[in-house]
Formats: sequence, C-alpha cells, structure tokens
Amino acid sequence: MAKDITYRSTQMRLNKDKFALFLIIFFTIITTLPLLLIIGKLIVKGIGQINLDFFTKITPNTLEAMVALASGERIPGGILNGITGSLYMLLIASAIAIPTGILTGVFLSENPDKKYSNIIRDIADVLQGVPSIVLGIIAYIWVVKNITRGFSALAGSVSLSIMMLPLIIRSTEETLKMIPASIREAGFALGVPYHKIIFKILLPSGMSGLLTGILLSISRILGETAPLMMTALGSSVINFNIAKPTSAVPLLIWEFYNDPNMISLIWGSSLFLMLIMLSLNIIAKRIARKWKIQ
Amino acid sequence: MIKKAKNKIISFFSSSEKVTNVILFLASTIIILIAGGMVFSLVSGTFPVFQEFGAKFIVSSEWNPSEGREQYGALPFITGTLWTSILALIFCIPLSFSASLFLGEYYRGTKFSNVISTMVDLLAGIPSIVFGLWGFYVLKPLLVQLGFNATGYGVFTSALILAVMIVPYATSLSNEIIAMVPTDLKEAAYSMGATRIEVVNFVVIPNARSGIIAGYILAFGRAIGETMAVTMLIGNANKIPTGMFDMGNTMASVIANQFGEAEGLKLSALITIGLLLFVITAIINFIGKLIIKKYSI
Repeated sequence: MAKDITYRSTQMRLNKDKFALFLIIFFTIITTLPLLLIIGKLIVKGIGQINLDFFTKITPNTLEAMVALASGERIPGGILNGITGSLYMLLIASAIAIPTGILTGVFLSENPDKKYSNIIRDIADVLQGVPSIVLGIIAYIWVVKNITRGFSALAGSVSLSIMMLPLIIRSTEETLKMIPASIREAGFALGVPYHKIIFKILLPSGMSGLLTGILLSISRILGETAPLMMTALGSSVINFNIAKPTSAVPLLIWEFYNDPNMISLIWGSSLFLMLIMLSLNIIAKRIARKWKIQ
Repeated sequence: MIKKAKNKIISFFSSSEKVTNVILFLASTIIILIAGGMVFSLVSGTFPVFQEFGAKFIVSSEWNPSEGREQYGALPFITGTLWTSILALIFCIPLSFSASLFLGEYYRGTKFSNVISTMVDLLAGIPSIVFGLWGFYVLKPLLVQLGFNATGYGVFTSALILAVMIVPYATSLSNEIIAMVPTDLKEAAYSMGATRIEVVNFVVIPNARSGIIAGYILAFGRAIGETMAVTMLIGNANKIPTGMFDMGNTMASVIANQFGEAEGLKLSALITIGLLLFVITAIINFIGKLIIKKYSI
C-alpha cells in the first residue's frame, strides 16, 4: 500500500518534470518564432525591390508612384536620400558621442571609487533607459527651436548622440576595467606621461571592446524613427546641409507606410535596414567574443 | 611662430598629469549637463500647462485641441501606457522565463543554446518600425481572422508586439543570473533525488530571484517607452481603453502622433507627457539597476 503511493508520487514527479521540460522547449521555440517570421516575410516581399536603382536613386514623389502603379509598372526610384541622410546623421552623432563617451569611460575606470563617479554611472544608467521619443523632444527644444530654427540634420544627430553616449561610456568603462593593472604600471615605471598611457596603452589594448560598444550603439540608433520624426523630419532630396531637414531610412519607411501609393516600397527598405542592423549586431558580438578569449 | 605655439601647447599638455585629469573630468561633466539640461528643458516646457490646468492635467481625460476650447488631460494616455505595458509584461514572462531556463540551465553551453541565444539577441536588433510593420501586416489580420476584435487595432495587439520586443531584455539578464547559480547547490539537490524541475523550483529560482525580477523591471521600462510599433497598432484613439481589445493611445504614441503640428499649449501638454514618461522610466530603471547592484555584491 505504502509502496504503491511512493511509486505513484515518484511517477507523478517524473511526469511533472517531463511536462515542465516540454513547456520550456515549447515557449522557447515560440520566443524565437517572431524573428524567423519577420525575416522571412521581409525577404519574401522585399528582395524583389532591391536592385541597383534602389541604392542609386532618390525616392519618387507620390505622383510618379501613382502613375507607375496605374500602368502596372514597378515604382521608379530608390532610397538613396535616406541612405545618405542616415549615414550623415550617424557620422555627426558619432563625432559628438564617441569622443565624449570614451573620455568619460576612461575617467570612470581611472577613478572607480569616487562618489562623483558613482553619480556619473547612475546618470548614464538612467539616460540609457530614457525612451527615444523623449530624446526627440529634447533635441526639438534645444536644436530645432533654438539653434537651427527649423527641422534639421543637426537636431536629429543630437538626439541620436544622446542615445549613444551612455552605451559608449559603460562599454568603455567595462572594457578598461578588464585590462590588467600591470600594463599601466609598466608604462608609469618607464615614465610615460599620463595622457600617453591612456591613448597609447589603455585605449589600444581595449580597442576590440571599444569597437563592440561603438558598433552596438550604432546598430541601436540606426533603426530609430520616433526621435527623427520630431527633429530631422525627412526630405525628398539628398541633403548635406546641417541646418536643413534630412531624410533617413527609417523615416522613409514611415513615409512609405503612410502613403498608399508607395506602400509597397516599405518591404525593400525594411529588409535593407534590418540586414544592416543585424549584421552590425553579429559583427559586434563576434568581436566581443574574440576579446573575451584573449 | 606657429611652431612656437605648437611647442608651447605640447609642453603644456605633457607637462602635467593634472591637464589630462582635467580633460577627463570635463568630458565626464558633459553627461551631467545633458541630464540636467533635459530635466530643465522638460520642466520649463510644462509651465504653460500647469498654469492652465495644474495637477488636473494628470487626472483629466479630456483631450481637445480645437482652438478656444483647448482642454488637455493625460489620463487616457497614462492608462493606455499602463494597459499595454503591463499586458506586454504578462505575455513576456512565460516566454522569456522559459527561454532563460533553456539557455541558462537546461541546455547551457550547448550548440543548440548558442543558436537560440543568438536569435534572442538578434530580436533586440530589429527596429521598432519593422516590428510595427510586421504587426500591422501579419499579426493584425491574424487577430481579425481569429475573431479577437473587429479592427485588429488596440491594446491587445500592441501588447503582443511589445511582449516580443522586450523578451530579449528580460531574457539576457535572467539567463546570465540563472547560469551563475552555484553548481554544488544544484548537485546537492540532485543527490537527494530531486528531479530537474524540482531543482529549478527549489534551488535555481530562489537563488536567482532578484536578478530575474530586475530583468523584468528593466523590460517593463522598455515597454513603457516603446513608440513606433505601438503607434502603428494601438488605433490612436484619445480615450481611456475600456477593455483589452479596445483602442487607445499611449504616452509615447500620442507624442509621436501629435508632435508634428503642435504649438503653444498643445506642445506644452505633449512636453509634459514627455516629462512624465522620463520620470517614470528613470525611476523604473533606477530600481532595476539598484537590484542588480545589490545582487552582484
């Protein structure tokens, strides 16, 4: 009798164990499904739109698209104005955020225990969690209203650079923390001046870690749409004037989405944007893995 | 002349450690200036609203931009944000919890788990607007077909997409923490005859609890601020959602929708919503990081 009960309860425990494993595998597969479905959908619908024109021509206006649609041809033009705009704003944002972020990261790793350093860390953590749309409002108030007096590439870059800054600060600090103290001490023992220790010893030995942080922060801002809608606005021509509205690939996707004549163009641009962001992510992870082994 | 100046600069820079320290310190003040400037700009942008409506802004549910009878209240958007992000968190928990157990405990270190972990990471790399498109063209018609609601827009649809979007944030942290649970504790439980799920229940989860919770708190913060995907799926109705399938608007999506043509009082109302968003996410993030810090020591 008693034996029977123990047997039954053991069997139940084992069944429960199997059932739990089943649930875990089931939900894990569900978790990864959206990625496959999204990539699949974009490839199926978008691959046909990507050709040479896609990279060398600017976006058509809605009239051209309508005419092409009505006569059953493919919509002319590409997304060159978005690509150049994205690159341009990325460049300005990087020029602002990367030097500042790296220097701040160096400061934190050189003065790890100061109370002031803890404040900086807390601020960076809080800034990292601020929704991008709030950064859009900030860049609007600071740049659109007060500096360029209108929507501009600079405003877009400022909002993106605020987004990059905390990521770069933290990744720089984390990387430099891992560099053995003996390397710096060897430098000091040889009488190398402090700034040379930083720029010729610390930063080069942490290069791969820094690069990972930079690539990840770039891949994070490349897909941002909301803050750019409120700052760079978008433009149908290629623009390199820092004070003029500028387009970006995610902004173009948003414009296509809202224009019934051009709606079929969303797939190619989304596929392009996603492939770039995913490859940046993968490259960054590769570099990070290499760094860990060394 | 130039050479002399150059030499002077060089000797100045290499003369003392202090200069380097000062430069590093100055760089570090920039982020304080940015954060301080953000708070200052947001707060000063809210003055017109507070002069007009006072604290009523937060509890009023009227949103009427027509001139002369302007009325602004943030309650519909606050409730909309709470609805979507809490629902998203609920949907996200079984997914990311299973995934983190899969990665951190059951299949730790295997090739299979490497693939899954890369996929979860890549999920975080998909732009919000692409999630929105997929939700709009794939998920929304599916929900209509399944008969959930007539239009497919609404809180439920946005929460589903949000759940997928925040899974990587919750998973990566809890998976790391779960993998850190000491092996001897687990082996002790196994040697007493515990099954795997019992080990998970009585050893792994109690040991990793605060880290897992911190992961969900940070993911929740993400869900609150997420803009584009929600904007494309929630239906953008300026009212308090009455149920899971009702349309609504979140704080982030109302800013995205209406900021373009906003001026005067309306602009100030949107900035105030932005400030609310900033404060809420800052508090949530701070709590999350605090738990992580406490846990790691």
